[in-house]
Amino acid sequence: MTHSAVSRGRDNMTASLTPLLTVEGLNIALPPGADRPLAVEGAEFTLYPGRTLCIVGESGSGKSTIADAVIGLLPRPHLRPAAGRILFEGRDLLTLPETAMRRLRGAEIGMVFQEPMAALNPLMKIGAQLEEVLEIHLDLPASERRTRALAALNDVGLPRVEEICDSYPSRLSGGQRQRVVIACAMMLEPKLLICDEPTTALDVTTQAQILALIADLQKRRGTGVLFITHDFGVVSEIADDVIVMRQGLIEEAGPAAQVLRNPASAYTRQLIDAIPTGTAQQRPDPGGAPLLEIEGLRRVYSLPGKLFRAPRQVEALKGISLSLAAGQTIGIVGESGSGKSTLGRLVVGLEKPDGGSLRVKGRPLVAHRFDGRVQMIFQDPFASLNPKISIGETIAIGPITKGVPRAQAWARTEELLELVGLRAEAARRYPHEFSGGQRQRVGIARALAMDPELIVADEPVSALDVSVQAQVLDLFESLQKRLNFAMLFITHDLRVAARMCDQLAVMQRGEIVETGPSHEVLRAPRHTYTRTLLAAIPQLFSQTEREFN
Amino acid sequence: MNRLSFLIGRICQGILALFAIATLNFFLIRAAPGDPAAVMAGEAGAVDEKFLQVVRLQYGLDLPILQQWWIYISGIARLDLGYSYRQQASVASLILERLPATLVLTICAFVFSLVVGVTLGVLAARKPGSLTDRLIGFLALIFYAAPMYWLALMAVLIFSIRLGWLPAFGYQSIGADYHGLEALLDRMRHLVLPTLALSFFYVAIYTRMTRANMIAMSQMAFVKTARAKGAGETRIQLRHVLRNALLPVVTLAGLQAGNMVGGAIMTETVFAWPGVGRLMFDALMQRDYSLLLGAFLITAALAIIFNIITDIIYTLVDPRIAL
Repeated sequence: MTHSAVSRGRDNMTASLTPLLTVEGLNIALPPGADRPLAVEGAEFTLYPGRTLCIVGESGSGKSTIADAVIGLLPRPHLRPAAGRILFEGRDLLTLPETAMRRLRGAEIGMVFQEPMAALNPLMKIGAQLEEVLEIHLDLPASERRTRALAALNDVGLPRVEEICDSYPSRLSGGQRQRVVIACAMMLEPKLLICDEPTTALDVTTQAQILALIADLQKRRGTGVLFITHDFGVVSEIADDVIVMRQGLIEEAGPAAQVLRNPASAYTRQLIDAIPTGTAQQRPDPGGAPLLEIEGLRRVYSLPGKLFRAPRQVEALKGISLSLAAGQTIGIVGESGSGKSTLGRLVVGLEKPDGGSLRVKGRPLVAHRFDGRVQMIFQDPFASLNPKISIGETIAIGPITKGVPRAQAWARTEELLELVGLRAEAARRYPHEFSGGQRQRVGIARALAMDPELIVADEPVSALDVSVQAQVLDLFESLQKRLNFAMLFITHDLRVAARMCDQLAVMQRGEIVETGPSHEVLRAPRHTYTRTLLAAIPQLFSQTEREFN
Repeated sequence: MNRLSFLIGRICQGILALFAIATLNFFLIRAAPGDPAAVMAGEAGAVDEKFLQVVRLQYGLDLPILQQWWIYISGIARLDLGYSYRQQASVASLILERLPATLVLTICAFVFSLVVGVTLGVLAARKPGSLTDRLIGFLALIFYAAPMYWLALMAVLIFSIRLGWLPAFGYQSIGADYHGLEALLDRMRHLVLPTLALSFFYVAIYTRMTRANMIAMSQMAFVKTARAKGAGETRIQLRHVLRNALLPVVTLAGLQAGNMVGGAIMTETVFAWPGVGRLMFDALMQRDYSLLLGAFLITAALAIIFNIITDIIYTLVDPRIAL
């Protein structure tokens, strides 16, 4: 993929001079009472055929709003264009009547979305959903439609296309569904493809495949791609030009190599610096007796049988062994379905193992009997706090049920809130008043209230913007230095793991395939799966570094 | 194969449930005040204890209650629902005679309420908050809140008595010697008011449910995908939104179909419709235990059958339910 990046870099000079898409002075109004009057203000950019323009930004920056405006799918009247022009091959899309816009959508302009799991109609066969594009735009006999649907599936690299054509979406994995969505979007060879975070919900290896697929289709057909993402790694893999957005305004724009290497704006610099580099420091081995010892841990899930149908069993953990010393962090890395979250749930005691042993300080850990020694921090800061209970109550309830006097628990709660970088008065407020990053800090304070020796953090920063992510990771480090708890850090992101962890354990299909000190695993991975994972991470400077080599 | 074993399983479940219901009904009715022997004897004109004893002996009412239960349950297993001494006929034949009328009424009301409810729901969901939406919401509220018998009586007052458009009661015109098409039309005219009266409440629930689901489904990502394909509004509403929004309505309709059989009792009584509901009402008034139990059992069986049909339809429309 990096080779195509190089060739794209050279194409800069010979790019076609007729713009495919020009956005001029675009303002998009938010409804009255929003935190700002305009979702997007004064957006300007030009996209040429065969090129990729990335719009990067954090949540709320207005990047997806631009994408929706171009394809004419803004949720009106909630969001409406207030000024400016969107010129597609010279025609202003903002003044085009809806019927004309419909003829463009799906034929000249295709779109791919973030949530592949939800982007397909669950009640329609894949083939029917592909053929729908043809039914809308062309008048073809049924057999011809079927042939073209099969060809489209073939084109996006799906196996056994006949079978997939006749399946419902629930039979397909996330990556396969995203391929189907791309097939739908590319079926009529649109001149413009809009991708709104198409790989964010996917595993890193799947992401690499989807990015390669988009780049390949683009090269073969000369499509212009408008690519929305929050991930600078993805930008460096795929972009010719970049726009950095912040709070509805364009912060910086330019060729990808220039923006990534020499950002003119301090904000861009800050975003790029916040990305973990994916390299690990060599850390001292603390020695001493292990705090957590896991041996031959097994967990089998039984899928309940239906009437007259035998239940099925899925082995989520196939005999895991590992140990962790006090004050150390072990990173459990793996893709979805690898069993990493199951491991976390067993260590906290939310589930019972089906075999093997779990010991903390030599004492066996009994499931469903919580003594506070092991605490958990969850992935979703929005779903993991009870919206009806004040922040203080959420934090203090644990110690209070363990017999700590109320006044003392509250005093400790306010102390903890300050420790995690919030104000003591936050204790009396409710979750909805806080941002995602702040809520995750509350989650950390809640875990610390029990004075744990071990914290299981299940993807604690995956739902956060990159700059917020960096702050929360900093907080973890400083707290760990002060309080000396050990941490089982579950993540799909090797870059985050590299930054946080002393040890790494790479999991695949319920097994640990490789384990060792972080810097060794990352520098010289022994297992092929680890190598695949590492290679799949979008590298920030791959493009520019190649140019220098 | 899987679908067949699923079906067999559901039918077995249904039969078990039916026996449980029969048992429950049997004991509940014994717990109710009133002695059938006393009622029968009273009508015969003698209330002395000796005669009562004779009546009890004759009908097996002197046996221990468990033994009575066993006689009843084993009878059911042989499809023998007992004998109504009030009407001097077998319960099964009495019910079978009345069943078609009830089925016609219930099925008409079921189809009517689904079609009208879903249509109104779709119309209301097109523009939430619009005049149409608020009007439909208001209508649904009235249909939902007004008691069925009151609506029925009002309908009779307006359409039969005031306007004279439709017959007020019965199954067909008495004494009018209609044949062929005329007879059919006559029956259909008789069917209109009972069907409407029985449907209103269900129209209201299906309207509200369809509207809520349509609105929820229009937010789904796959609807945006369909728009991005260039699909027109009709295609989006019907093929993508409505199809998904109908699933919970199907479930609800299946559950309510059983209720509807129960609701038919009231409607049949008001409109003098010669169905099982009317039969049940009369049996209740006359303390006709075997007939009452039989009618209960048949309505329960209908409810269970409707539920099984719903489950089957559900597995056909939702491919995610793997059997």
